[in-house]
Amino acid sequence: MNMDEALQTFIAEARELLEEMETALLEVRQADDPADMINAIFRAAHTIKGSAGLFGLDFIVSFAHVAESVLDRVRDGGVQLDDAVVTLLLACCDHIGSLVEATAAGQTEADAEMTARAAPLLAQLHRHLGDDAHAPEHAPANASALVAAEPILQRMPHDGNARSADHWHISLRFGTQVLRNGMDPLSFLRYLGKLGRITAITTLADALPPLTELDPECCHLGFEIAFKSSADKAAIEGAFEFVLDDCAVRILPPDSRVSAYIELIESQGESQPGGPARLGEILVRCGTLTQHELDDALARQAQGDAEPLGQMLVSQGSVQPPVVAAALTRQKQIKEGKATENQSIRVDADKLDRLIDLVGELITASATASMAGRTVQSVALHEAHSTLASLVQEVRDSALQLRMVKIGATFSRFQRVVHDVSREIGKDIALSISGEDTELDKTVVEKIADPLTHLVRNSMDHGIEPVALRAERGKPARGTVTLNAYHDSGSVVIEVGDDGGGLNRERILAKAIERGLIEAGRHLSDAEIYGLVFEPGFSTAEQVTNLSGRGVGMDVVKRNISALRGAVSIDSEAGVGTTVTVRLPLTLAIINGFQVGVGSSVFVLPLETVEECVEFNAETGHDYAQLRGQVLPFIRLRDLFKVPGAPGARQSIVVVRQGAQRFGLIVDRLLGEAQTVIKPLARMFAHLQGISGSSILGSGDVALILDVPALMARAGQAEHSRANAPAPATSLASMSN
Amino acid sequence: MVVLDGELTIYRAAELRDQLLAATAAHPDGFDVDLAGVTEIDSAGVQLLMAAKRAAQSEGGDIALVGHSAAVTEVFELLDLAAHFGDPLLVAP
Repeated sequence: MNMDEALQTFIAEARELLEEMETALLEVRQADDPADMINAIFRAAHTIKGSAGLFGLDFIVSFAHVAESVLDRVRDGGVQLDDAVVTLLLACCDHIGSLVEATAAGQTEADAEMTARAAPLLAQLHRHLGDDAHAPEHAPANASALVAAEPILQRMPHDGNARSADHWHISLRFGTQVLRNGMDPLSFLRYLGKLGRITAITTLADALPPLTELDPECCHLGFEIAFKSSADKAAIEGAFEFVLDDCAVRILPPDSRVSAYIELIESQGESQPGGPARLGEILVRCGTLTQHELDDALARQAQGDAEPLGQMLVSQGSVQPPVVAAALTRQKQIKEGKATENQSIRVDADKLDRLIDLVGELITASATASMAGRTVQSVALHEAHSTLASLVQEVRDSALQLRMVKIGATFSRFQRVVHDVSREIGKDIALSISGEDTELDKTVVEKIADPLTHLVRNSMDHGIEPVALRAERGKPARGTVTLNAYHDSGSVVIEVGDDGGGLNRERILAKAIERGLIEAGRHLSDAEIYGLVFEPGFSTAEQVTNLSGRGVGMDVVKRNISALRGAVSIDSEAGVGTTVTVRLPLTLAIINGFQVGVGSSVFVLPLETVEECVEFNAETGHDYAQLRGQVLPFIRLRDLFKVPGAPGARQSIVVVRQGAQRFGLIVDRLLGEAQTVIKPLARMFAHLQGISGSSILGSGDVALILDVPALMARAGQAEHSRANAPAPATSLASMSN
Repeated sequence: MVVLDGELTIYRAAELRDQLLAATAAHPDGFDVDLAGVTEIDSAGVQLLMAAKRAAQSEGGDIALVGHSAAVTEVFELLDLAAHFGDPLLVAP
């Protein structure tokens, strides 16, 4: 494999592992059975260390090693996993993350800044290991320090139940074709000599046929090697890289359990004359097993005990039961991990973007083709076009589906935010997550993380009351912030809620009047008042904290969400809590559109927002209509966009819904559904209100895509400004006023 | 006495095998193998020597390796084969 590619894979995997590690660290304190999670954390650290070693990234290895050692102590109960340790390990997780990012940026060793950042962490880690000797003054920023720290890493206590062979054991059986393939087993052994010291070797010629039958160009040799080395398994395995297809290589690390050796004896011994017993002797000769250990295990096995080997060794007292249990679960997990791994592949995001672009072009081209086809009076052509159109639609849906990711990963990142912030501001706050399986476009997910972070922090800082106040109000001491997501009519809704004190209506009003945002004495609905917090420069926090309350933020949140063609609203109940609702489009690239015509122009509405179309009876002078007894505010698109020409005799109202509100758009013609590829507007049109993008029609003309939330706001205003608007008796009117 | 010299490698393995087979047939009670002229030896060569020893032993005889060259000594040490053949290794002065 290309080294660069391999490194990229390492970086991607390390990122994932760190994420898993973080998640597990955040959950481990609440877990019923923390052992699994501790194992997961340990594995993540261990894997990162191992793979980093493969690339010679010593600065990662040395740090990860110390963290791993502490985790090992946590695993065997030597270190209590309390809050302080979790916080420390989270910090280590972050540090490893920054080292990995540095690697991604092309760095191959630690710079002064990293070493400085690592020093306090290492000091704390070493304190948990109980050896202050390795404290920061000689922070292990290189591999030599790693060696110094080696004795800390004890996989198992050295009592009678554990193996104490302190060397690797390598078992090699070369395939018959090795020599013919131009490789000499001797050269691998010589290379091995460079990685460490071969302390004992036995050359096995048991498979060698008699001289009369010997094909002298076939290899029949095998070797059992005791090997002392500080290299890791990957490096040792690497020595046999070129011959792996042609050679059975088994590598047992130092201090492997007896069962591992027994297993080796069984598996390699089967295929060789003399059977397992002979191989056992060889292991004894290499000093890998003691004669006593071997005799015991073999004798038991010979008795024909049907019980599995693991169990046998346990009952025999060779291995502690938890060790076997751990090993078994690990095997299972590895298997399961592989199963899911096979179900997905990594694809470059750029390739997906390219695919979506092409699908967009395909949609436009297919619309052009079917328009051209209409001029030809051919039934066959017409049918072909309609088949094509439905296929294109399916291709579009599956292509877009490829970009869909679950929001769960984004949500679980907030566990960390909540964990850190609650400590920082001294409140006890839990995060509750639901709807994590809700899918949305990858681009949207990436861009929504920042606004969500701000909303979550805001909820924690301003929403949740201090503990004393909560107790006074009879609420549980621990506050809760909730994140929820679900699909609703072509959009994704994300809710950030808290069970805090709710917004203070009066204070917002007072502030808004003070800032001149609204006039005093004007009657506003609750929704309108709460909406004011999204105005630029608005903050009611009495104390400015490090997190929020500086008057920047909520308006930025709103702007970011609007940029994604989304909308944000806020709902609150005094003393009960606040919920911010973010509504986002499912995708940014292609939508099902509903085309309407005004004069010679064509406009597109997202189909999901269109509720119904009714005939418009021109009652001049009103900007509202009656719809089944309810007042429906509307906008004349002709007036709004100053389309020239007189309105046609038969205009229609398109009833559009956004959230719980509805309004109408007056158009000349209804052109029906069409797939619409969204092209962003050029920068010079960015200030246009009510237009969110453009699209190219099959005819080659440009259609403008209407920005429903912006139009909605305008419809509300228009009605509000009517001096003699009818009393808002209906729920519809009160919501839009 | 059989003299093996030059390369004891896969390239000459077939030829060497015939040579050793002939010697085994001619001297059922054993013979000496002079390795002084061996410039290079690989796994194939080692294998042949081991097979020849076993063949001789199965006939009730044995072979003795003598005059190990530096190349042979190095490989025997790498593979810890001295004990297997049981012949005195003369370490070059």
